[in-house]
Amino acid sequence: MDFDFAAEQPKLVQLLIGIAAFLVVVAVILLLVDRAPMRRRAWTHATILLLPAIVLLAIGLVVPAVRTTLLSFMSGDGMRWVGLDNYAWMFTQPEALTVLRNTLIWVLLVPLLVTSVGLLYAVLVDRTRFESLAKSLVFLPMAISFVGAGIIWRFVYAYRADDQDQIGLLNQLVVALGGEPRQWLQDPPLNTLFLIAVMVWIQAGFATVVLSAAIKGIPAEIVEAARLDGASPTQMFFRVTLPSIRSAVIVVLVTQSIGTLKLFDIVRTMTGGQFDTSVIANEMYNQAFRYGETGKGAALAVFLFALVTPIVIYQIRQRREVR
Amino acid sequence: MSLLSRTNRVTLVAGTIGLALVATACASTENKPSAGGGGSSTSAECAAFTKYGNHAGKTVSIYSSIRDTEADLFEQAWKPFAKCTGMKITYEGTGEFEAQIQVRADGGNPPDIAFFPQPGLLERFAKAGKLKPASAEVKKLFGEGWSPDWAKYSTVDGTFYGAPLGASVKSFVWYSPKMFKEKGWTVPTTWDELMTLTNTIAGSGVKPWCAGIESGDATGWPATDWVEDIMLREAGPEGYDDWVSHKLAFNDPKVVAAVDKVGAILKNEKFVNGGYGPVKSIASTAFQEGGVPITQGKCALHRQASFYANFWPEGTKVAEDGDVFAFYLPGNDPSKKPVLGAGEFVAAFTDRPEVQAVQAYLASAEFPAARMKLATYVTARKGVDPDLAQNPIDKLSMEMLQNPDTVFRFDGSDLMPAAVGAGTFWKGMTDWINGKDTKTVLDYIDASWPKS
Repeated sequence: MDFDFAAEQPKLVQLLIGIAAFLVVVAVILLLVDRAPMRRRAWTHATILLLPAIVLLAIGLVVPAVRTTLLSFMSGDGMRWVGLDNYAWMFTQPEALTVLRNTLIWVLLVPLLVTSVGLLYAVLVDRTRFESLAKSLVFLPMAISFVGAGIIWRFVYAYRADDQDQIGLLNQLVVALGGEPRQWLQDPPLNTLFLIAVMVWIQAGFATVVLSAAIKGIPAEIVEAARLDGASPTQMFFRVTLPSIRSAVIVVLVTQSIGTLKLFDIVRTMTGGQFDTSVIANEMYNQAFRYGETGKGAALAVFLFALVTPIVIYQIRQRREVR
Repeated sequence: MSLLSRTNRVTLVAGTIGLALVATACASTENKPSAGGGGSSTSAECAAFTKYGNHAGKTVSIYSSIRDTEADLFEQAWKPFAKCTGMKITYEGTGEFEAQIQVRADGGNPPDIAFFPQPGLLERFAKAGKLKPASAEVKKLFGEGWSPDWAKYSTVDGTFYGAPLGASVKSFVWYSPKMFKEKGWTVPTTWDELMTLTNTIAGSGVKPWCAGIESGDATGWPATDWVEDIMLREAGPEGYDDWVSHKLAFNDPKVVAAVDKVGAILKNEKFVNGGYGPVKSIASTAFQEGGVPITQGKCALHRQASFYANFWPEGTKVAEDGDVFAFYLPGNDPSKKPVLGAGEFVAAFTDRPEVQAVQAYLASAEFPAARMKLATYVTARKGVDPDLAQNPIDKLSMEMLQNPDTVFRFDGSDLMPAAVGAGTFWKGMTDWINGKDTKTVLDYIDASWPKS
């Protein structure tokens, strides 16, 4: 498609105006801060500097959150109040329950698997000769978007009838070992596990890097002391390494939990939520935007928000403790 | 102590003002009309378009679910119109039309015109007050071009929103005339004959049917078409209308019977899925590839709409004596031939004169004629010569659609509320192919029908 510069001109002008407006706002804030009275300056400064962020948060987060909550008590077209009907639907309809069940499986398995795979890997390659190479290899999938990874893995799981050439890696392996090709993504509940494998594949590198750094941060004296006391490798791991990197492990677990709760891309690209693989975020999109059932979509969004909140609060507390 | 030094402060202020000036300077050139609109030329080519007026420098945006080659053909077809009226038509096709049109309309950024493939979706936007009623000119053109059946699909609460654009006939079964001739099979004219033929073919060692219902977000729709076709034959047009409007429950025994009748073919391992594997492979086979095994002799029959003519491998001859052709999906009574079809409707979010001109042009007989000259295309508009059709199936479809005796019904899932028609019905049929039983699936679909 040819890019018509003249046709895009209004957008470019808007862009310029936007940048100019941004600079004006920053300039005004800086000048205000600069002019503020010397006494109790810290407070005035903080207020002035925080104001734009608070305004933006209100517009971008608080208002939509309130609106979404209101919508969740309304009918699909947002015209009538229906009370708790949407929530009742969410917790009674078998299909909606499947969605909740899947999200639960995801949120239990992914953080655990990612953390344990990452930890195992980090411990195994720690201080070996090929450490940096091994770490970059496991970190590489992080560079691929969830959608990209989903498409790649769809090919891995691809199915062809047994009288044809397999194009999927997994089925080719099965056939090579004398088995029958299977439709991996079509058999619930196993298919959810095959989708989870993709997320673990992407995220394990993140866990490895964070945990490996934490392991390297363990003071050498402690490690040496433990060695002198004759600790076995297993004792070493459970008595020294793990307690020392506890806060790093928690960071990985928490970020993975939040990321998994709002997971959308993998499910959408790989199965579209078909065959009982849908998760909350995917169902929310379907209900709100495709089916015109804004109420149900909003109810799912509110529920998702409620699930994420305690984890976020926990993380904030954790940080304070660390400090 | 100052956060910024004096010079820094001056630079900051000057820089900001400078940038703002640049921005406004650019803004002042914004409204200049683009040169070369050329609406005044009255060459022979443009004579036909003078009635639409001169809209030099105006732009009309169109948004639709039609992409790729077909989108290019559209743009090619209306190019002379745009050139002669001086307007610019920007076209955008998307694979996510159903979701994105909602996002754009809610976000205050709707297109001028959208081609709605689903009357149910059009109704939702009309009820929300987002669409503009069709102009008197479009109404007049509709009156002379289409049978009144079509009016109800884009009429909401007594207001008419737009004329149909393209159309397709869904009640076709594709087959290979060559293969039929070799094996001595004949085209069936009743459902019983079709089932006998199916058994005969299965007996000859070939899987009789092939099918594919994978279609990304819309996975499952080809299976809903099957059910609709059978409902139209089993329950009759009135029963079909009741079903579509939910006067007949979705899990009514009549619907169960119809779905099971489809299941007798699609869920029988002996009858499907030629070239692709077991019954379950239907759910993972792209609908575009569903019928292709016919050309390799791996299956014999494929029920799919007239537009499937586009999806045969290159070099496949579509003709009664060619590589592939289609016959009417028979019912119990050969004297009754109801037709299931679909199409798009041209509805507008704005009512500027140039937008109305585009709507009027698309509703005229000239646009479909221009489009048909380029490549395969079907319209239900009267006054368009079926001989312009690029292949015999298009021609047959147009004759069926234009025939005043034809009982036509629009694709049911497109008429139902989106939660069912673009949601649970598609999803339910996919689950059904994947192994769920008829009753469970229909109960689930019925429960999802929006309460009002």
